[in-house]
Amino acid sequence: MSSNSSATLVQLQDVRFAYGERVILRGIDLDIPRGKVVAIMGGSGCGKTTLLRLIGGQLRASGGTVNVAGQDLSRLSTRELYALRRRMGMLFQFGALFTDMSVFDNVAFPLREHTDLQPELIRDLVLMKLNAVGLRGAATLKPAELSGGMARRVALARAIALDPMLIMYDEPFAGLDPISLGVIGQLIRRLNDALGASTIMVTHDILESLQIVDYVYFISEGRIVAHGTPDEIRASTDPFVQQFIHAEADGPVPFHYPAEPLAHSLLGRGAA
Amino acid sequence: MSRTTLDLWVGFFVVIGMAALLFLSLKVGNLASANFSESYVIKAQFDNIGGLKVRAPVKSAGVVVGRVTDIGFDTGSYRAEVTFVVDTRFQFPRDTIATILTSGLLGEQYLGLEPGGDVEMLKSGEAVQITQSAVVLEKLIGQFLFNKAAETPAN
Amino acid sequence: MNGLLALVRRLGRGVTDAVWRLGFAARFFGLLLLYSGQSLLRVHLTIREVYFSGVLSLLIIVVSGLFVGMVLGLQGYETLQRFGSGDALGVLVALSLTRELGPVVAALLFASRAGSAVTAEIGLMKATEQLKAMDMMAVNPIARVVAPRFWGGVISMPLLAALFSAMGVFGGWLIGVVLIGVDEGAFWSQMQAAVDFRFDVVNGVIKSVVFGAAVSLIAVFEGYDCTPTAEGVSRAITRTVVSSALAILALDFVLTSFMFRGQS
Repeated sequence: MSSNSSATLVQLQDVRFAYGERVILRGIDLDIPRGKVVAIMGGSGCGKTTLLRLIGGQLRASGGTVNVAGQDLSRLSTRELYALRRRMGMLFQFGALFTDMSVFDNVAFPLREHTDLQPELIRDLVLMKLNAVGLRGAATLKPAELSGGMARRVALARAIALDPMLIMYDEPFAGLDPISLGVIGQLIRRLNDALGASTIMVTHDILESLQIVDYVYFISEGRIVAHGTPDEIRASTDPFVQQFIHAEADGPVPFHYPAEPLAHSLLGRGAA
Repeated sequence: MSRTTLDLWVGFFVVIGMAALLFLSLKVGNLASANFSESYVIKAQFDNIGGLKVRAPVKSAGVVVGRVTDIGFDTGSYRAEVTFVVDTRFQFPRDTIATILTSGLLGEQYLGLEPGGDVEMLKSGEAVQITQSAVVLEKLIGQFLFNKAAETPAN
Repeated sequence: MNGLLALVRRLGRGVTDAVWRLGFAARFFGLLLLYSGQSLLRVHLTIREVYFSGVLSLLIIVVSGLFVGMVLGLQGYETLQRFGSGDALGVLVALSLTRELGPVVAALLFASRAGSAVTAEIGLMKATEQLKAMDMMAVNPIARVVAPRFWGGVISMPLLAALFSAMGVFGGWLIGVVLIGVDEGAFWSQMQAAVDFRFDVVNGVIKSVVFGAAVSLIAVFEGYDCTPTAEGVSRAITRTVVSSALAILALDFVLTSFMFRGQS
């Protein structure tokens, strides 16, 4: 690893992205330091997930550079990109477990695909990873038999199967009960520190996140509107951050989708 | 479903699939007897081959001894040239007669070989000299009517 | 005037979309072939798909083959008997099965049994982000998921078609010889005299391989290309069955006109 010297693992410079006409990101600059847990927050549909997929190389930025471990993603061939992805783990929003495999086979999948390890060794590794998320006893279950929180933990075990240098989480807290939510939160922090990895977490669950992360970026309308450590964020007077923390319906993030005035729509038949 | 029982099922599937193919080839398609491993080529010219087709059987005394492989037209003699292969197990004298026959009244047409008495046998590439054309039903009927017409005034 | 314009516009968009999809399908097929090498090396991946598309279709193929053969026996005898050639029943049954019905009907059944299942499986994997997750784990979904399913179908199809034809001949024999009483010797010997191995049997196998490739390609493509929602997956399954049926019948016409033109 040529970039070990650098303290920054992921660096985005002026990253822009659009789906056809629809502009999602309008110039994002952010750094993910090694060994830290960084949260990216924002309302639904503000481009957080797109940002993760840009870092994972599943999408290509329409402008700016995405740098991971010192490599510019836009210059990598498919083979090099795959080599880089082996050192990344990603947890999808609803786990994305392979439904036709057992929990054990799911976690063993990356090991079987990328290593020539003996079956006994793979077994031991898988059970260790499952133990780390507290689900060693569920190894023979099918994903359909798991609760949402358990599925998320299995997916986490699968994401860390190859001991990645970078773990990415897409909405790890979505749709979880408060207990599962706390469990996942603690796991994210513990695994990051135990593996010596770096973590990027995309979420809108601010209270849970502030307890476990080292740094927070706020995104709104494709731009970074605020960033800082959890303490700085709590103390922030930025109206956007205030609205987000206190869950106010209206503020810098408007309640209404942009539209013509209501009276106009109702009386003037202007939309037709 | 563990991998070993799965393999067993797939193996079973492949075996019965192959068995079905074998059945089609041997029992239905009659590959074993229709396949002439060793054969030689003979040619014959006819005035009219009627409805003879490529792949039609070549029979002698009702036994299939070969197949027609090619039908062409000789622009020199203006006759049809039929090429056929005969199994090397069956040898025919040089003065063999080749006839185009029909199985049944409306059945398929085939090439019949009637062996002569020559001591020399036909060799590969040689041609049968004596041939008899196909019976063309329309001509036959026409001839019959013509004869009938010729007979009437005498009565 | 406005309505007409909208109609023309929609037609234009439909055509553009269709051409676009066709281009994507061609590129997808290229990728599939490109990545087939590495997935065929891992034989058990393909064996697993032969199980799902081949072994699980066995029952429907065997039973339908038997019934189709039996119907051919009944109907064929009825017609042939009028011309006094009931003995030719074996020829009729065997030729229609090996040349046409075996490959075509087996492929139609295969499309609705295995093709739709493949589309559903890949479509659901896409809808639940499993394909994206696999891609993020540096495992190419086309090599790991799509290619084995394609080759599993290509391998299964000729075996299933042969089985269908064999069962059909058996069904015809059952009705013709056992039930109606056509002479057993005439049944088989006339069949053997008329059916040519290379011409009829091999051409039938070639047809079924082509159909297998077409159905499998449509099935994996529709699954891979579907809109990743429950509704999108169900629409993709319908499209698989419909386009497979059309492709099979159209290809059958093309192949038949190449194979059997101007002969017997």
